[in-house]
Amino acid sequence: MSAVTEEIETAPRDRLSRARTLHGVLAGALVLACIASLEIGATDVTLTAMLAKLVQGEALSQVERVVLLDIRLPRLAMGVLVGAALAVSGAAMQGLFRNPLADPGIVGVGAGAGLGAILAIVLGALLPAWVIDQTGNQLTPFAAFLGGWGSTILLYRVSTRHGRTSVATMLLAGIALGALAGALSGILVYIADDRQLRDLTFWGLGSLAGASWAKVLSAGPLIVLSIGAAMMLGRGLNGLALGEATAAHIGIDVQRMKSIAILAVAGATGAAVAVSGGIGFIGIVVPHLLRLASGPDHRTLLLNSALLGAILLILADVIARVVIAPAELPIGIVTAVLGAPVFLWILLKRRGLVEL
Amino acid sequence: MSLVAQDIHVSYGQRVALRGVSLTARPGEVTAIVGPNGSGKSTLLGAITAALPFQGRVSLNGQDVAMLKPWDLAAQRAVLPQASRLAFPFTAIEVVRLGLQSGTAGDRPEVPMQALTRVGLAHYANRTFQELSGGEAQRVMLARVLAQVWAPVENGQPRWLLLDEPVSSLDIAHQLQVMEIARGFARAGGGVIAVMHDLNLTALYADSVAVLADGQRLAFGTPAEVLTDETLSRAYGCNLRVSAPPPPGTPFVLPHAATV
Ligand SMILES: Nc1ncnc2c1ncn2[C@@H]1O[C@H](COP(=O)(O)OP(=O)(O)O)[C@@H](O)[C@H]1O
Ligand SMILES: [Mg+2]
Repeated sequence: MSAVTEEIETAPRDRLSRARTLHGVLAGALVLACIASLEIGATDVTLTAMLAKLVQGEALSQVERVVLLDIRLPRLAMGVLVGAALAVSGAAMQGLFRNPLADPGIVGVGAGAGLGAILAIVLGALLPAWVIDQTGNQLTPFAAFLGGWGSTILLYRVSTRHGRTSVATMLLAGIALGALAGALSGILVYIADDRQLRDLTFWGLGSLAGASWAKVLSAGPLIVLSIGAAMMLGRGLNGLALGEATAAHIGIDVQRMKSIAILAVAGATGAAVAVSGGIGFIGIVVPHLLRLASGPDHRTLLLNSALLGAILLILADVIARVVIAPAELPIGIVTAVLGAPVFLWILLKRRGLVEL
Repeated sequence: MSLVAQDIHVSYGQRVALRGVSLTARPGEVTAIVGPNGSGKSTLLGAITAALPFQGRVSLNGQDVAMLKPWDLAAQRAVLPQASRLAFPFTAIEVVRLGLQSGTAGDRPEVPMQALTRVGLAHYANRTFQELSGGEAQRVMLARVLAQVWAPVENGQPRWLLLDEPVSSLDIAHQLQVMEIARGFARAGGGVIAVMHDLNLTALYADSVAVLADGQRLAFGTPAEVLTDETLSRAYGCNLRVSAPPPPGTPFVLPHAATV
């Protein structure tokens, strides 16, 4: 009896293959979530009804076509992109800062993007008419995206000396940048009018309501590129968990790896914040749950984060659409209401993690 | 085929930590670096492992380390830092696998368990690293380092273990176990450089010893040549008496006999 338990205890547990199985499980769940998202909405139009029509050779009505192709599909695509981007950015940032509680918001990417968006909302009307004509409703997302990139590059400059990036300096600089962006935003809120204030609130809470194919096409390529780059970081981030010196000792080009991580996070977060505002908790809760389920190995964590992030954001969006239909909640409220308690529960249960 | 550090200078900002230290370590031997706290032992190891910017030249098996890529270095030498922290809840076996993946035995999945067995921790394979005691954690890190350079000689080239105070948090039985592992690695043809704080273990296990004090090399030679009253008293700044037990006569330093 005791020999048997001994045997079981000493056989090395294989969390890696469990995490690989999870790739398939989550991919399947993502497909189901996508179907649910197309099925459920404020109108009576449902995916199943439309499919039934198509099978019987009937043509779709104009309303059905608009609801499916121009409202729900782009919104779904944006949900998938934004959810994956936020979760992967979170996982990569946590690996980079060697802290399971780090989040792109912390290094100021979110703050910089937010400042850009607020500037556009409040001062956008002062721009020359031709600029407003050209950018249209893309002005805010575009400014947010620029703000995210700008702050990342500034952070990188501040914290990199002689080709070495100090993670501690970057973290502190991120806090300073966040405070500065917050203060400037506060000033802008004072000079905003009522309509702008409502826009600011809505944008600040995060929402997929403005989804359109134009937005998907503007943010999609950057998000896909950034996530693709992040997928190559698995081994490097595993090494970095041992500290920068040891990571170098085990053969990782630490500087290059950190640069890729920073750019990937800035790209994914900036583009996501640009089209959907500040959606919180996905970046912190998703990697956390996955680490509990299948361990911290970044070679699988990053892909699983992308999948689970997309799933959770789509489901949160479905909830946001139906809870007070025909009106809808900003999705950031849903992710906060669902995510914050989960996050606190994780902290309570796993107090030790805070000290890591 | 040896590890040569020539005229190494290192400064941390204004503070000069090493002023022209040279060291040659041969494969088949355990080379110890001793000296008081802050004398530059870890700094010297940092220069040898190319972890710090330094002036001077370090060559590993005849190649200048400044010209080698991180992965080429990782295939030839493994480094055990003085203190190890781990950011995420990896298990002991997963930590050892990190070492395996960076070495050249990556296609041998049995190596991590063998390495954990070597340090006497096979039964803790599934323990989370953070749940281990200081000494156990240090031995898991040693297993990781061993997995990285599992074969002491490969393609006719020696591989190197660079250890910073490998026994500092261990009980006496495990101190001996770890020093036996280091000596075994050297006897099998690999090279070992170990920063040591314990002079008696140094006398027992080292083939050659470098004594550092204040960023300079005070002495370099066999334990019998180097561990003398005069050198040690000068290095450590207190009066030490080196004694020898009956044959084989390994020198030992009895703190009882020291005067401060
Ligand atoms: N990162 C650092 N920044 C500034 N000074 C340092 C740093 N690391 C070590 N030193 C200083 O360099 C000297 C040598 O340190 P070290 O090589 O760690 O000594 P030890 O022989 O105890 O391993 C000490 O005076 C120490 O205070
Ligand atoms: Mg030291």
